Amino acid sequence: MTTNSPSKVHVTTTINGQQHELLVPGYMSLLDTLRELIGLTGTKEGCLDGNCGACTVNIDGRIVDSCLVLGAEVNGKEVNTVEGMATPEGLHPLQQAFLEEAALQCGICTPGFLVAAKGLLDNEPSPTEGRIRHWLAGNLCRCTGYDKIVRAVQKVSD
Amino acid sequence: MHPFAYVAPSTVAEAVAELNKHGDRARPLAGGTDLLVKARANVWELDAVVDIKNIPELMTLTVNGSGLSIGAGVPCYQVYDNSEVAAQYPGIVDGASIIGGIQVQSRAGLGGNLCNAAPSGDGIPSLIAHSAVAVIANASGTREVAVEDFCTGPSRTVLESGDLLVSIEVPKPAANTGAAYTRFIPRNEMDIAVAGVAAFVQLDASGKNFESARIALASVGPTPILASAAGDSLAGKPVNDETIAAAAALAKDAATPITDMRGTVEQRKQLVEVLTGRMINKAVERARG
Repeated sequence: MTTNSPSKVHVTTTINGQQHELLVPGYMSLLDTLRELIGLTGTKEGCLDGNCGACTVNIDGRIVDSCLVLGAEVNGKEVNTVEGMATPEGLHPLQQAFLEEAALQCGICTPGFLVAAKGLLDNEPSPTEGRIRHWLAGNLCRCTGYDKIVRAVQKVSD
Repeated sequence: MHPFAYVAPSTVAEAVAELNKHGDRARPLAGGTDLLVKARANVWELDAVVDIKNIPELMTLTVNGSGLSIGAGVPCYQVYDNSEVAAQYPGIVDGASIIGGIQVQSRAGLGGNLCNAAPSGDGIPSLIAHSAVAVIANASGTREVAVEDFCTGPSRTVLESGDLLVSIEVPKPAANTGAAYTRFIPRNEMDIAVAGVAAFVQLDASGKNFESARIALASVGPTPILASAAGDSLAGKPVNDETIAAAAALAKDAATPITDMRGTVEQRKQLVEVLTGRMINKAVERARG
């Protein structure tokens, strides 16, 4: 069946504190919108079906898999990605802790873990180890195992 | 993935009109955690997705004297983060809090879980056990379907072209009631049930006898199953190991599982029996407060 390409959607959104106006194809994921339309390639593509969490971003205070969100859906919303974590003064404490605890090897899962862990600590500054492991169950790492990642998050917990 | 248009109507009538315009080539979008996976895998070839999240009544969660109303687009975290829901409907919270991980629970909801109609849908058995009803809108009005009748096969439901799930209505549980759901998975999190069981019990004022019970099963048949005989067997019986074991055996009989990569027929039937006993006991414990 031949169809004309469906029309694009006008989206106004705030990404890492900066306002963006975009024309997004209706079927384009938020993941592709970030990487291809805006050039924010810190957010990684993993499984593309919601199992691995590599594409985790934060929308209006909730972590989500950006492969399972359409770019068109973030109109009027605030999106935060891994690029928004460090400041000109230095790395975010979680990023620093991941380095110090060697909580990464290949690094593909790391942006997702960082954004997910930040989503936890923003609301619960003193989670138990069990709570950290439960919260991060939607993020997969195939290099390090999880102990070092959990230790890094614990290091930043109060 | 077939390129589709995105529309975000603000009323049920507009959403139904959009769905009607495209027939089977349009789907409602709530959390997208099943829809986008299926579209990407070309299970569905869509011309349009109709985002329902700008329709207020589909995004409303209400707990009041008549019961619990869950808008079709309400995500799981809003269900389990609500202290009134947690207190009055713990079985529903048991299901909502184990669908996917935190990221998925930010988006996925019980309405989508029901419409996706997976035999393993963890959100569905407790809705059945609670005698919940699905409210469906289309161009000619609305109708209600009991949740146990909603799924008709794997990924198949009573929804027809142009139908839109509006809400799930759960009657307010009477005094001395309790409910619980669990599933068996080989991992701790993020897995699909090998078998799942929900129990809802109503005890008499003494807390020593069952007045009624409903048992529902997941992952052991083409749809989630209401194990009527198992629940009915408890009515009027004392709460003891013998009556609970008899109900669990009847739940096992109601299971019609298949053998696949997740488990065998024998394992699944055994799991249903064991989990039914555990969930009845847990529901009793909750009913007694």
